[in-house]
Amino acid sequence: MTALVAPVAGIGRLTLAAFAAIGRIALFGGRAVSHLVRPPFYPREFLQAVLAIGWFSLPVVGLTALFTGGALALQIYSGGARFNAESVVPSIVAIGMVRELGPVLGGLMVAARVASSIAAEIGTMKVTEQIDALTTLSTNPLKYLVTPRILAAVLVMPLLVAVGDSIGIYGGYLVGVHQLGFNPATYLKNTVDYLQSWDVVSGMIKGAVFGFIVALMGCYHGMQSGRGAQGVGRATKAAVQAAAVAILAANFLLTSLFFTQ
Amino acid sequence: MIQLQGVHKAFGRNKVLRGVDLTVPTGESMVIIGGSGTGKSVALKCVLGLVTPDAGKITLDGQDVMRADRDAFLARFGMLFQGGALFDSLSVWQNVAFRLQRGAAKRPKAEAREIAIEKLRRVGLKPEVADLFPAELSGGMQKRVGLARAIAAEPEIIFFDEPTTGLDPIMAGVINELIREIVVEMGATAMTITHDMTSVRAIADKVAMLHDGVIKWTGPVADLDHSGDPYLDQFIHGRAEGPIAAVR
Repeated sequence: MTALVAPVAGIGRLTLAAFAAIGRIALFGGRAVSHLVRPPFYPREFLQAVLAIGWFSLPVVGLTALFTGGALALQIYSGGARFNAESVVPSIVAIGMVRELGPVLGGLMVAARVASSIAAEIGTMKVTEQIDALTTLSTNPLKYLVTPRILAAVLVMPLLVAVGDSIGIYGGYLVGVHQLGFNPATYLKNTVDYLQSWDVVSGMIKGAVFGFIVALMGCYHGMQSGRGAQGVGRATKAAVQAAAVAILAANFLLTSLFFTQ
Repeated sequence: MIQLQGVHKAFGRNKVLRGVDLTVPTGESMVIIGGSGTGKSVALKCVLGLVTPDAGKITLDGQDVMRADRDAFLARFGMLFQGGALFDSLSVWQNVAFRLQRGAAKRPKAEAREIAIEKLRRVGLKPEVADLFPAELSGGMQKRVGLARAIAAEPEIIFFDEPTTGLDPIMAGVINELIREIVVEMGATAMTITHDMTSVRAIADKVAMLHDGVIKWTGPVADLDHSGDPYLDQFIHGRAEGPIAAVR
């Protein structure tokens, strides 16, 4: 009987632990967001976060988008050739980039770059008692370290996504015109004609949500970091894993919400 | 006056504090000694509210620290952390003037910088150090910057967590002298935790020995060598034999 019950009990324990973790992260996020409207505010920390999350992520997001746009053009062209639909390359590249690949790949790249760096920085601060020092200096660590990063990520991620979309579409254009023989003017016209403003806006909304997830996971796991280098390493790994999974799950939910009748 | 009454704290099954009773009179320098892992830092963090006790009461001038207004309460404290705990992303002067650039004690930037440089000078550091970053400093310099930060807002109470750990004997002596001078000069209440007996004799007015989660002995530093307490005797003479197990 015990042998039968043990696996069920194990599943139960895991489920409870998962829900408890989600609850803790939700409470942490809620508390951090509540500080957005309660002074004091830390504009210097916010601007530093904008720079770290937005500006310094541009190269990686841009390069990812460029290659993805190019590869997408090749895939659609070769796939479309099966039913004589090669001409849809510009519109499908544009729609695919702005609705899906721009926000998701941008989010994942930022998760890898930013969630890890936030978790490592805050984790190291915790291990070296800098978080305690903040408290003794009458500064709320959540307000000083977490809230500015979350706000910055939510505001800059849509812009990063927009830049990534544009570069991705340009990548498709380069491949389409120089490798697949499309007429440049026709390619651009098809791109613009079939793209709707909601395609772009929905992608940017996704970007804002993914930005929130990235900063939240980085900060939460940093704050939960264990002792020593190993503790910080674990926190960094957990932040990236959690951010990546949460981004993909949120993407599915948002796509269902935005694009199903 | 800081008073701890029956303070208990456990982390999981590890009962660190098992009823700590201690009184630190205003204007006195109390040093808590004890072996590694005996809960000295936890006791200090309980007073500051960084760790919440499981049971017992901690009061500052008769007021329960858990019910105090946090900002006003913490504004009365300065703390030197064991590793300095300087903020890597800020320059030395910004670290020292951290409290002077935020909250109720906020000053104009130029004034905050001036105070920071004056405090750096007070702990024996040249003004040129002000624009360096913590990573560019030696361990002893970091400790001194930490000390300057602890005294920057001229707090009534200063806590020192292992102030000489990791320093060479000369630098440790410099830090001990600085702490004693600053405490006397400012008339501050000081609470220090250490297992460096040279520090104890240099800094303390009173000493308390923490072992097994309780205060085993407390008294003036002058009574340290003839306390008659076997735990204290073993500790201050660094003997392997005695009531304190060498292997813990």
